[in-house]
Amino acid sequence: MTDLPLLQADQLSCERDDRVLFEALSFVAHAGQIWQLAGANGAGKTTLMRIIAGLHGDFSGRLSWPAAQARNEDPRQQLLSIGHRSGLRSELTPLENLRWWLALHQAELDVAKAEQALALLGLAGYETVPVAQLSAGQTRRVALSLLWLLDKSVWLLDEPFTALDADGVALIEGRLRELADNGALVLYSSHHRVNGEARQIRLGNGPGEVL
Amino acid sequence: MTFTATLQRELLLAWRRPAEIINPLFFFVMVTALFPLGVSPQPELLATIAPGVVWVAALLAVLLSVDGLFRADHDSGALEQLLSAPQNLYVPVLAKLVAHWLLTGLPLVLVAPLLGYMLHLPSAAIGVLFVAVLLGTPTMIAIGAIGASLTVSLRSGGILLSLLVLPLYVPVLVFGAGVVSYAAKGLPVSGVLALLAAMMLASFTLAPAAVAAGLRISTGN
Repeated sequence: MTDLPLLQADQLSCERDDRVLFEALSFVAHAGQIWQLAGANGAGKTTLMRIIAGLHGDFSGRLSWPAAQARNEDPRQQLLSIGHRSGLRSELTPLENLRWWLALHQAELDVAKAEQALALLGLAGYETVPVAQLSAGQTRRVALSLLWLLDKSVWLLDEPFTALDADGVALIEGRLRELADNGALVLYSSHHRVNGEARQIRLGNGPGEVL
Repeated sequence: MTFTATLQRELLLAWRRPAEIINPLFFFVMVTALFPLGVSPQPELLATIAPGVVWVAALLAVLLSVDGLFRADHDSGALEQLLSAPQNLYVPVLAKLVAHWLLTGLPLVLVAPLLGYMLHLPSAAIGVLFVAVLLGTPTMIAIGAIGASLTVSLRSGGILLSLLVLPLYVPVLVFGAGVVSYAAKGLPVSGVLALLAAMMLASFTLAPAAVAAGLRISTGN
C-alpha cells in the first residue's frame, strides 16, 4: 500500500497554439521524492504544473494518483499548489491572506504558528502590514510560509525561488528536503536545482525527457 | 467555515478599497439625478418615468460593479488557489455573491426610495420600489456574476460582459419597473413581487454553480 506511487503520468501530451509543449511524457513519482521541472522559458513548465494541479484540462494522456485512489480519497485533498503569481491580495496583510488560504483547505489559522513561520522567513514585524507594501521577495516568502503551515503530501511549487535572496533559497531548499524526508512529494519548476538527488523532468524541443 | 472566511475576506477587501462600493452608488445617484434636469422638472412626467429611470440606473450600476467581481482575484492568482483547493466551489462563490450584494446591492436598495421621492413617485409606490429593488438586485448580481466568470480572463471583457448579460436582465427590468408603475396606478402588486422573489431565489441558488463552471472554463487555458 505504501509503495504505491503518489502521482503517475502516462503519455502526457499538450499542445498550445499549434505548438507541441511536450509529448508522450511519462513519469512515476513516489512519496519522499523531489522533482524538478526544468526547461527554457515557454517550454511548458507552468502548463504541466497546472495540469497536475487540475487547473488545465486541455491535454491528452492520463494522470493518476494511485495512492489516493487506493484509499478512495480525492487526490486534491492532499495537494497544495503555489503558483508563480503569489495569489496574495495586496490590500490584505500576510495573516489575513493566510487565513483565507488555509480556510480553503479546511484549516484554521493558528496565529502563533503563522507568526512563527513568518518570523522564520524573516518577516517578523510584517504580519499586519498590507502585502502591497512588501517587496517581491517578501511577498513570495509570505506565500511560501504555507510550507510550514499546512500538512500536505504533494507540493506543487511553480518557480518558488523567484525573487528570493540566497538565504531564502537555502531556507526553502532545506524545508523542501525536510518535507520530502517526512514522506511528501515535492514538484517544483525552476532553473535552480535543489542540492541532492532531485529528479528532473526536462521540457522543450519535443517529447520532454525524464532524467 | 469557508463561507464565513470568504465573506470576511471580501468585506475586508472592500473596506480597504472603498471606491469599489462608492462608484456604483455614485453612478446610480448621478444618473437618476440628471433626469429631471435633462428631461423636464414637471412632477407628473417625472412620476411616469420614475420607475423606469430608477430601474435602468440600478441595472447599469450593478453591471458596472459586477465586471470587477473576479478580476483582482484572477490577476493576483488567488483564483487559482480557490480553484485548486480541495472543495466544492459553490460555497466560496456564494459567499462572494452575498458579500457583493451587501457591498453594492444593499446601498442601491437603501437609496432607491429616496430617488423615487425625488422623482415625485406617489408615496404608495415608494415602498413597492424599495421591495422591488431589494428583490431585483440579487438577481442581477447573480446573473452578472455568470457573465463575469466567463469573461474574467479576457483583456477587455467589459463590453462582452454587457452583451452577454443585458438580454438576461430584461425580464427583471420589465417586471421590476412594471410593478412600481402598477403600484403608482393603485393596481395589485403582490403577484409580480412574488415573481421577482422567485427569480431572486432561483438565480441566487443556481448561479454559484454556473459561476463555478465559468471560472473553471476561464482559467482552463
